[in-house]
Amino acid sequence: MEFSIGGAFEALIQWLQDNFTPFFDGVTAVISTTTQGLEDLLLFLPDSLMVLLLAALAWGVASRGVALFTLIGMGLLGEIEFMLFGLEFTIGMGYWETTMQTLALILTASLFSLLVGIPVGIWAAKSETVDTIVRPILDFMQTMPPFVYLIPAVVLFGLGTVPGVIATFIFATPPCVRLTNLGIRQVSEEAVEAAQSFGSTPTQMLFKVELPMALPTIMAGVNQTVMLALSMVVIAALIGASGLGQPVVEGLQQLRIAKGFEGGLGIVILAIFLDRITQAAGEKVGGTAAGGNA
Amino acid sequence: MAAIEVEGLWKIFGDDPGEARRLAQEENLSKAEVKAETGSVIAVNDATFEVEEQEIFVVMGLSGSGKSTLLRCVNRLIEPTFGTVHVRGENVTAFDDEELREIRRTRMSMVFQNFGLFPHRSVLGNVEYGLEVSGMDTEKRREKARDTLDLVGLEGYEDSNPSELSGGMQQRVGLARALVNDPEILLMDEAFSALDPLIREEMQNELLDLQDQWDPACTILFITHDLDEALKMGDRIAIMKDGELAQVGTPTEILTEPADNYVKSFVQNVDRTKVIPVRTVMRDLREAEHISEDIPAVSPHTSIAEVLPRVLEADAPVPVRDSAGDLQGVVSRESVMEEISRNASNVSKTREAAREEKAIEAA
Repeated sequence: MEFSIGGAFEALIQWLQDNFTPFFDGVTAVISTTTQGLEDLLLFLPDSLMVLLLAALAWGVASRGVALFTLIGMGLLGEIEFMLFGLEFTIGMGYWETTMQTLALILTASLFSLLVGIPVGIWAAKSETVDTIVRPILDFMQTMPPFVYLIPAVVLFGLGTVPGVIATFIFATPPCVRLTNLGIRQVSEEAVEAAQSFGSTPTQMLFKVELPMALPTIMAGVNQTVMLALSMVVIAALIGASGLGQPVVEGLQQLRIAKGFEGGLGIVILAIFLDRITQAAGEKVGGTAAGGNA
Repeated sequence: MAAIEVEGLWKIFGDDPGEARRLAQEENLSKAEVKAETGSVIAVNDATFEVEEQEIFVVMGLSGSGKSTLLRCVNRLIEPTFGTVHVRGENVTAFDDEELREIRRTRMSMVFQNFGLFPHRSVLGNVEYGLEVSGMDTEKRREKARDTLDLVGLEGYEDSNPSELSGGMQQRVGLARALVNDPEILLMDEAFSALDPLIREEMQNELLDLQDQWDPACTILFITHDLDEALKMGDRIAIMKDGELAQVGTPTEILTEPADNYVKSFVQNVDRTKVIPVRTVMRDLREAEHISEDIPAVSPHTSIAEVLPRVLEADAPVPVRDSAGDLQGVVSRESVMEEISRNASNVSKTREAAREEKAIEAA
């Protein structure tokens, strides 16, 4: 008798679709509401004001250089109009709305990645059994080419932003789990013993000692998650997720160099912005938690 | 009732502790032989001892002797495999999680070799930790933490980060954190071993002074690998070897009547006058004897060698006063000379023994 692995997987997906439609509809509703809500929020203010706001955030969290970069980079993603020698100039790519759609998608996927990844990471740090089970699953999630799980994602969640978020979530969660796990395991044994010897409950131990001491490592995981989420933007666009991936995909299909380049440049600007912000935030919390040889 | 009673305590790491214990107990196999036979490691082998109220009890042993494991069995950071630990008559080994947390919060605390401070908390945040987890309100616990910091001489460092402090100061934070809940029992795991010699001595003296001042004093279970420290700090000392207690006794007993060759090899080269504190040779004031106001008092913790010139110079017994100024006893010329002559004969005896051993080897 012949047994087809692919066929079995297809049957599984078919079975899920037949029996769990209400569940997938629920997931779809939650994700699309979150994404749409974030998108509306990001587009609530006019783009010039939003650019200033993001630059101020960059200044507060990171540095003046990052703020300047944000101002120019984000400005170029929108449109800057100015008068020079009596002539009216317009530069910029006019991708403001698209950029905010991408940002909303990334933030949604990252949010769900952290909501799932951090607790799973904590659990894996506490239990060798969980660690043993989770490790190969993470390997699978990270090494399986993303195109492959786009197919069942579309079957189960339809076309558009939701399967894009799901695929991004699968790809971006592993580093968060891994680094949370690592961070908690790295907390010095003496500090854990000290906390125990003063009568901490397991919850007090987790929130007063382990998580604060693991925070710099966890923040490195957050940074990785956001970066990996961003790297999925173009792939998500293939199944209809809106955002900066769209011009890249269209550019490729229609061989329009200008359009593709602009979309790609937008992703790069967004990537640098998000990377610097999350890294600086990690260093800020690390400044108090790291250092010290105890 | 003793402050701590440890009875038949075993800690065995491995799959079949029962078999490991049987081999060690009935077939008299050594730690290494048991490991070769069963793969199990016997960290603590049938330890039985009592620590009296307000005593400083020192467990001394080389690394790997099981002394830190023994200490952790007392507050159950490590679960004992067999045996019991009683604290003031209560069986700690039978405590459930809730009871265990309660005793750790209110009656027993611990100081660690590498301080075990929380780097994400300020000095004050470290000291108040124990009170915080026990649910004391913020204002009250901060006040207690500040008072304790003053006690260990860290006034003004409340808001510093522990990493900004020197090793000695960090361990003061560790000590304050352990003292803040007024524990009955203080467990000190090589607490001064990571410090510079000078700072170490300073901390030893301060702990002894604090112990004198407290009323009621803490009972201290002190772990060290340093014989000088053990002799200086201990009211009584347990020498530990391969998980077993080789001898339990006062510093003088350990020095003069070593129980076996292992203990003997440790103590043979010790200059007793430099390590034995005055408190072990002082006597009570006799009737009709009075103390001359001209003679400055000495601390009970100074060594005999240190007070020797003072005692020889004075024409009356020298008063011994603790750091609170209370008279503990007097030390006379005779008692000091007696101790010194005993030391001299001891040294010549060990030299003789060594010569004999060589002669036997040569033959």
